[in-house]
Amino acid sequence: MSKTLFDKVWDTHVVRKIDGGPDVLFIDRHLIHEVTSPVAFLGLKTRGISVLYPNRTFATADHNTPTIHQDQPVADPLSANQLHMLESNSKEYGISHWGLGHQKNGIVHVVGPEYGITQPGATIVCGDSHTSTHGAFGAIAFGIGTSEVEMVLATQCIMQPKPKKMRININGKLGKAVTPKDVALFIISQLTTSGATGYFVEYAGDVFENMSMEGRMTVCNLSIEMGARGGMIAPDETTINYVKGREFSPKGEAWDRALAYYKTLKTDADAVFDKELTFDGTTIEPMITYGTNPGMGMGISHDIPDAADVEGGAATYAKSLGYMGFHEGDSMIGKQVDFVFVGSCTNGRIEDFRAFTSLVKGKHKADNVTAWLVPGSHIVEAQIKEEGLLDILTEAGFELRQPGCSACLAMNDDKVPAGKYAVSTSNRNFEGRQGPGSRTMLASPLVAAAAAITGVVTDPRTLIEELA
Amino acid sequence: MDYKLKNMAYDKFNILTSTAVPLPIENVDTDQLIPARFLKATERVGFGDNLFRDWRYNPDNTPKKDFVLNDPTYTGKILVGGKNFGSGSSREHAAWSVYDYGFRCVVSSFFADIFRGNCLNIGVLPVQVSPEFSEKIFAAIFADPKTEIEVNLPNQTITLLATGEKETFEINSYKKNNMLNGFDDIDYLQSIKGEIEEFAAQLPI
Repeated sequence: MSKTLFDKVWDTHVVRKIDGGPDVLFIDRHLIHEVTSPVAFLGLKTRGISVLYPNRTFATADHNTPTIHQDQPVADPLSANQLHMLESNSKEYGISHWGLGHQKNGIVHVVGPEYGITQPGATIVCGDSHTSTHGAFGAIAFGIGTSEVEMVLATQCIMQPKPKKMRININGKLGKAVTPKDVALFIISQLTTSGATGYFVEYAGDVFENMSMEGRMTVCNLSIEMGARGGMIAPDETTINYVKGREFSPKGEAWDRALAYYKTLKTDADAVFDKELTFDGTTIEPMITYGTNPGMGMGISHDIPDAADVEGGAATYAKSLGYMGFHEGDSMIGKQVDFVFVGSCTNGRIEDFRAFTSLVKGKHKADNVTAWLVPGSHIVEAQIKEEGLLDILTEAGFELRQPGCSACLAMNDDKVPAGKYAVSTSNRNFEGRQGPGSRTMLASPLVAAAAAITGVVTDPRTLIEELA
Repeated sequence: MDYKLKNMAYDKFNILTSTAVPLPIENVDTDQLIPARFLKATERVGFGDNLFRDWRYNPDNTPKKDFVLNDPTYTGKILVGGKNFGSGSSREHAAWSVYDYGFRCVVSSFFADIFRGNCLNIGVLPVQVSPEFSEKIFAAIFADPKTEIEVNLPNQTITLLATGEKETFEINSYKKNNMLNGFDDIDYLQSIKGEIEEFAAQLPI
């Protein structure tokens, strides 16, 4: 029978099926961090059981870490305790631990791929919804709750009903200043924040085939923002070239065996999806969000739509615009910007900093803007320095912080104050996401750069024209 | 079921009859249920105090009078939310905060996947109803805050007791059995550990 990419990877990992219930799914690689793991370890202790395969789990601290002075003790006692718990639990159960200050420390969805933990055709879970990122490699990767973290530690399996399958096809040459982030925000704006709930998505078409691994990770990362458990892209030469030779990638004979498996990982020509959508890549603009969920996005040159033209209730829509201080019919161009955040598991990779730097080169940060530039890992941080980007950024009035999740969820001190506006390359614009009362506009690194140097929301295409 | 109960993971759920708290807002996300700054605990205690923290309290920690959890008119063990309830993060803390506050059932016309799964794993029953029945429930609560709702897990029905109007809801038979008996998945998976180890040995990567 013809199978989709998703079917092939899923079916390879089903230990057993339960009548009228979920499948028992084997998990190849498990990533943990300090926030969603302590209660899972506590559960193991309460039950008196151990970790079944410690070498399949990897721990890094990221959600709750400072992005300056990482060499000093963490000031907040609750945060320090969580970091300590991750370290002591990892040590007790024999799990690799990349804590604060460790060379491999960084955002879990940035370091996983960098070190080859992420592999095509693998099943990967983490107590974090943006685990969907790893689908960029043709893996089935999704976020889980803490009960499931405990399950994976104890048994390397979770119990999941098989989701429905959706394919999103996009072909065509992307326009000027249109990045993978814009492609993702465009898709979410079309599907709404719940349009893919119950589905696992495959992204297909030349728009994705032409993307780098970094770009594919940005797209798959945002799958959860339209409700999909995950998204995936069939592995190709780009994928295999990225994976080969990384520290935890298979080596020697194991690599040959893995490669044979990777080459089977594509959707059969006559395989059927539960839902199939097609968009024209040439029509996508640089995007920005205007509301309080990632589905409330539009091309940056558009005006905020009327309630009557969007799905959902008028009261919820009015509450959202009220929170943002925006009105139906407003243009986003020229809107106030107080903070700019570049980073996160969505846009904290080297290509994102290259894009940001390309636009701020030879210009200067606007005085009214506080900018937080936070690399996703030490590898990204080192690349920024080696490629000379840091010199350009410094010249333009920007500083680079140290790796971590930072202002994406504002668990640490990187909080946008109440009422202030942030243009953010992260993944969620929920009320208070970047700090109580903060107001977030999600966008690409190029839109973030345009905002950072002009001090207001600006279409990056106008600046690129100026440069040319 | 062919596995033995080792741990009482959570309360058993059978028939719940209660008044309900209405929250007719769509896309209630997990950052509203429990903001990230309250995720620093290393034990599962006290999350109910911060359920809907920023909708419930002003920055000076005084209660916001117009928020439903601060309105003594509405009480009960059932929370009725708008469409797409629980979207966003995988933080199980969101479900813990719902449970710790005292809710045992969340009703919505549509749930986000991870939140729904997290609820099932800790013994909070997510009941998905049709948009029409959701409207009826909200109307019934607003007309009479003392109106009682029966959530019957064995029969998979939700009933407005005042009028007898009811609807059936879906839950897979495995999870239903777990909730009725207070079993959890780890009990089951532990019982097939040998099979898991054999399976792992033949994987391609």
